[in-house]
Amino acid sequence: MNTIYILWLRQMKKYFRSRSRILGSLGQPVLFLLAFGYGFGSIYKKAGGGNYIDFLAPGIILMSVLFTSIFSGIELIWDRQFGFLKETMVAPVSRFEIMLGKTIGGASVAFIQGIIVFILTLIVGFRPQNIELLPIAVLFVGLVALLFTALGTVIGSVLEDMQGFQLIMNFLVQPTFFLSGALFPLTNLPPVMEAITKIDPLSYGVDGLRGALIGKATFGIFQDFTILIIIALIFLGIGSYLFEKIQV
Amino acid sequence: MENPIIQVTSLTKKFGDFSAVSDVSFEVKKGEIFAFLGPNGAGKSTTIKMLTTLLDPTSGEISLNNQNPAKNKDGVRKSFGIVFQDPSLDDDLTAYENMEFHAVLYKVSRDARKTRTKDLLEFVELWDRKDDLVKTFSGGMKRRLEIARGLIHHPTILFLDEPTIGLDPQTRNHMWSYLTDVNKKEHMTIFFTTHYMEEAERIAQRIAIIDHGKIIATGSPTELKKQTKTKTLEDAFLSLTGKVIREEEATSADRMRSMRKMFRGNKR
Repeated sequence: MNTIYILWLRQMKKYFRSRSRILGSLGQPVLFLLAFGYGFGSIYKKAGGGNYIDFLAPGIILMSVLFTSIFSGIELIWDRQFGFLKETMVAPVSRFEIMLGKTIGGASVAFIQGIIVFILTLIVGFRPQNIELLPIAVLFVGLVALLFTALGTVIGSVLEDMQGFQLIMNFLVQPTFFLSGALFPLTNLPPVMEAITKIDPLSYGVDGLRGALIGKATFGIFQDFTILIIIALIFLGIGSYLFEKIQV
Repeated sequence: MENPIIQVTSLTKKFGDFSAVSDVSFEVKKGEIFAFLGPNGAGKSTTIKMLTTLLDPTSGEISLNNQNPAKNKDGVRKSFGIVFQDPSLDDDLTAYENMEFHAVLYKVSRDARKTRTKDLLEFVELWDRKDDLVKTFSGGMKRRLEIARGLIHHPTILFLDEPTIGLDPQTRNHMWSYLTDVNKKEHMTIFFTTHYMEEAERIAQRIAIIDHGKIIATGSPTELKKQTKTKTLEDAFLSLTGKVIREEEATSADRMRSMRKMFRGNKR
């Protein structure tokens, strides 16, 4: 237990000390929110979709969670190459605890990041409809953070160095965001596109969060929740298996 | 007669067809300062990794503090401290936090943690910098902090993998004076590797030389010089291992190192 706590604490301290990193990572969501939100807002309204900022905000919140989560997991590569992980691995603690501590730490960072972006969306003009469902919204943010940090751990355990990072960003993280329904409704899509959005875990996160915040869920909150939990557990399982195999 | 603190018997590690370490046997007595020398790629790091539970041997036996690293990993891990070749501190934490992190992993009790951290940081003369982030430290200060950290759980053996690389003579001397001090006071065994032969000659009580994965000589510095009829350990080393330069392939760690330089500037 102490091991998990101290690993978590380490990550929190590092996060709150890197103000430039926090600030820098808020730039992208704000830009997306303003450019897409106000850029497409009037067309969206004319098409009968309602307020686009309200529709977009949950997607942008989870975008920042997604990027922060994956990046936290991939930081494993730095720790691994520069000894810090080595030092942890020769300590009399199990690798499972190390993996869990790191993943929970990374997920917490991504969660906080998500909450900060949530507050930003409120400033920009987002108005959630069901305040009483706020705890459920927060739960979805946390769940998405955990799921993608676990995926980051999987990637971080497999990649030897940062060379593959660009590949991961372009072929995994970006598609995960753009094909998740964060920017557009999941209804009336071409069949191939629909199939892709359905295997994208982030779709369920966005759908659930949208359901909780503005009452518009395509799959339904309960289904979203169940699928996210299952995928998160699968990623944690694969992550702990691969982490066990890391040679330093 | 006490059992040797480290006993290695016919240790072999193969990576595919390549034997990084083959049929290596040696022992280290409790309280001894032991130098493990060899050219690049001779098998030093692989051997240390097996001794410190990071790698399982292909065959052969290791007994470390009467325990087998391949079977009882946690038992073995509690009995040694290690200072790696690359700095393994967290640059974004303070000196105190680095110590604390380590102490928690080794299950040092809360009270002992405080007194021990204070004692050790005072010992390596870093107590007044305890609340500074490690990234503001010089290379020598980082090394001292790593040594302090490695000692926090009272290890019976301390492994040091090229601990003095890149340090100036002042810092090196300082460092060894701490270490020999602990060695005398607490009867702690020290197992180290180095490329500085004069350092090995001065500090080590016994030496093993490994080349091409095999131990080619063991003995005290004097014995090795006598055996090779040379005047210095450096000459003894060269006469045993030859004068051909060993090329090492760049590992992913080397690649990362150059990337890190790109990101942070070279300030190690």
